[in-house]
Amino acid sequence: MTETTQDTALVGRPMLRKEDARLIAGQTRWTDSITLPGLLHLALVRSPVAHGRITRVNLDAARELPGVVAAYSGADLAAELGTLPCAWPVTPDMVHPDHRPLAVDEVRHVGEAVAVVVARDRYAAADAAEAVEVDYDPLPAVTDMTEALTDAALVHSDKGTNTSFVWPFEGGDYDAARARADVVLARRYIQQRLIPNAMEPRAVVVEPIAAAGEFTVYSATQIPHILRLMLALTTGVPEQKLRVVAPDVGGGFGSKLNVYAEEVIALVVARKLGRPVKWTESRSEGYQATIHGRDQIQDLEIAATRDGRILGLSVDLKADMGAYLQLVTPGVPLLGAFMFNAIYKMEGYRFRCTGVFTTKTPTDAYRGAGRPEATFGVERIVTDLAHELGMDPMEIRRKNWITHEEFPYTTIAGLTYDSGNYEAATDRAVELFGYSELRAEQAERRQRGDRVQLGIGISTFTEMCGLAPSRVLGSLAYGAGGWEAASIRMLPSGKVEVVTGSSPHGQGHVTSWSQIAADALGVPFEDVHVIHGDTESSPMGMDTYGSRSLVVGGVAVHLAAGKVIDKARRVAAHLLEAAEGDVDFADGVFSVKGSPEARRTIQEVALATFAAHDFPEGMEPSLNSEVVLDPENFSFPHGTHLCAVDVDTETGAVSIRSYVAVDDVGKVVNPLIVEGQVHGGLAQGIAQALYEEAVYDADGNLSTGTMADYLVPAAPDLPEFVTDRTETPATSNPLGVKGVGEAGTIASTPAVVNAVVDALRHLGVQDVPMPCSPERVWRAINAATGQNSDEAGAR
Amino acid sequence: MARIDVTVDGLRYVDDVEPRLLLVHYLRERLGKVGTPIGCDTSNCGACTVLMDGASVKSCSVLAAQVDGAQITTIEGLTDGGEPHPVQQAFHQHHALQCGYCTPGMIMASVDLLHENPAPTDHEIRDGLEGNLCRCTGYQNIVRAVASAAEVMRGGEGSA
Repeated sequence: MTETTQDTALVGRPMLRKEDARLIAGQTRWTDSITLPGLLHLALVRSPVAHGRITRVNLDAARELPGVVAAYSGADLAAELGTLPCAWPVTPDMVHPDHRPLAVDEVRHVGEAVAVVVARDRYAAADAAEAVEVDYDPLPAVTDMTEALTDAALVHSDKGTNTSFVWPFEGGDYDAARARADVVLARRYIQQRLIPNAMEPRAVVVEPIAAAGEFTVYSATQIPHILRLMLALTTGVPEQKLRVVAPDVGGGFGSKLNVYAEEVIALVVARKLGRPVKWTESRSEGYQATIHGRDQIQDLEIAATRDGRILGLSVDLKADMGAYLQLVTPGVPLLGAFMFNAIYKMEGYRFRCTGVFTTKTPTDAYRGAGRPEATFGVERIVTDLAHELGMDPMEIRRKNWITHEEFPYTTIAGLTYDSGNYEAATDRAVELFGYSELRAEQAERRQRGDRVQLGIGISTFTEMCGLAPSRVLGSLAYGAGGWEAASIRMLPSGKVEVVTGSSPHGQGHVTSWSQIAADALGVPFEDVHVIHGDTESSPMGMDTYGSRSLVVGGVAVHLAAGKVIDKARRVAAHLLEAAEGDVDFADGVFSVKGSPEARRTIQEVALATFAAHDFPEGMEPSLNSEVVLDPENFSFPHGTHLCAVDVDTETGAVSIRSYVAVDDVGKVVNPLIVEGQVHGGLAQGIAQALYEEAVYDADGNLSTGTMADYLVPAAPDLPEFVTDRTETPATSNPLGVKGVGEAGTIASTPAVVNAVVDALRHLGVQDVPMPCSPERVWRAINAATGQNSDEAGAR
Repeated sequence: MARIDVTVDGLRYVDDVEPRLLLVHYLRERLGKVGTPIGCDTSNCGACTVLMDGASVKSCSVLAAQVDGAQITTIEGLTDGGEPHPVQQAFHQHHALQCGYCTPGMIMASVDLLHENPAPTDHEIRDGLEGNLCRCTGYQNIVRAVASAAEVMRGGEGSA
């Protein structure tokens, strides 16, 4: 279609965001900000114990408090609440326990909701929740996955097992690869549990139009379309009478990609009372009630030749589901199944994942969802292999990665990577980083035995995003498709409305889709208005997660614009009394070949279409066009990240001295937004490496129960990042774009941990479990060097 | 109940408030000033930051009853003679916000930071904003924005 000349193109320009004007002025509409006449506030009563039978729920005192309108136990609402959906039955025999929005007989994690109170204001609701009396007969907490797998104490006694599923996968012949290997290295890595901590706490408001049986659900959600369907199926509210709106949403990172108990409870209570209701989590409540991320025990084995050629990789994962399976809980670790082989060629790959129940908050998708875990495992073990073989860790990567001439390349895991250039990204990163100078300094420090040692960490990653070809999702038994919808309307005044099925919560889609549409239609950037997030005005979509929106949704916008041009060309030809084939379109203008004075702007065509005064028979008076795009493949961005850390060997303190990220996300629509996504992704990946961990004690209490205990990094905790890009266009979509939202997080965790370990290799340290706190680094040093062993043992 | 007489974003309000009513709830629910968000319940995140008599406070850690006689400025009242404040402009120019949830508090804290230290180094900016968490930006563009705003406020042009 390429009708926009290169120098006027908006795609590729660092356009400032349209979203900002409201946000910097506080003219926002977060779900908790919504107020309605007669609004009632919900508060949830939550279990303080990790596992117990509910023997008594007494709501009498709560009901008597001033301002309280109603109170319900799980038993009171059981029939109406139903059970929460899991959209991904990963195996036919997957154990999928009922997950009731309000527990009836038994609670299985601290924070599980058992009753709801409804009051005139949030303070009265909080008082009422505290006045509810619940008795529990304690049952054993199950907090350790290895113990859980013995089934000695069951999370779900009615299921007879703590194993939800076992999912195996093979590519090539790992046994043969292992048999002929010179070196076989086995490693165990722990992916600690994380708490997503989007800055906006979850909230939901339900507004009923009781007499019509219609409901509007406002929710801080990433998935208004999926939520609409799921709420309809769960509560019986007919789908066409249910409108779901994601108003302004303050971050998600996967934690708002779900169907939550509170959303169902709010809808059911609103229906029951015929009154609007609101629920907003407190941060500490959210720590128990909102899904957690990661939490895997990874047992890896890599088989290689003596000269550093990787022959095979075997992965055995134990993935902590938590107490229940939420929307995509069992599938998250499986997204990593196809990524452990990463950028490397090999002859055999084996993967096996066991999903395990514990008495903890359920896990689900968190930025990267399975792929950070995979990238961590492989980048750590490849680095360990290099050390084992006495090879430079950069060298071993060069020796085994897919070279740029080999694309498209079908990996041992069966995915076809369309394009990439690991060499170019790596060369650029090495140059920016000052790799050889830093290695030289490292050698000097080691030689001198400095107190502060320098470590260099490498992470060469690729990932699979742009979720996803629907047929692939079907083959994995995922419940929905992976398409995305875009429709474009040209208004009579020549302005443009773009309706997208994506659901941004910080990613800048309004700006990026405006750039794409403005370029394709040849209209000014300011004339494009993007509509999203409301099932009434954007009826069709598959929402935002998995770094999919640009690759599927943005491309859909581009293709829809193409259809608009096709229709407009037909109208223009009619208006210009020319054959359609003789009408050119460039920079928003239709003109007749050879008669440059015969022209119509697209705005003139739009107005003429609206008037339709002399349209020929059969010509529809509309330029509006829709595309529902099902992507033909995943998207495979890649990059090379280099991290330099200073490690104080006496205190264990780690400080990132420099961090270089060179990422290839294909063609770039908005470099400002891309850089911002990389920065944010790096922050979360680095935080996993150094700061964050959701800790449960042996009784199943969440010890890191507040933002004061769980270390979300602040500005002084993070370094300045050096970022750059290479640009190898995707071949699977006409814009050549790849996803970027999760890439920074996927790459950075192993870059940092590899650096920490690298700083201490010469002392005999082989691993430091995440987060690499000063205490953990100190312990690793002392365990390896045997110093202070009495003190280390006594702690 | 406590009687308070407070000026918020230039308008005077006289109200009776429960002793335990948090300032942030007073602002959001009694005055309808929903531009100031709530991000946590342990005063860690700073999203609720407003100016109280010119100094930044976390409005979740101030009781409404404590603001009798005070001048409160929220993000909705931040302006530079009717124009966006240089800090607001800089946040826009430097892509220092993504979802925007931390932004009101981050901007108000930055305004106070620059009032106390008109020429901060990047290190001082990071330290000065330690009480404001952001999950989207990784802070880098926020630091750039604050440095640029500082320059503008000192009479310069700001950085590109």
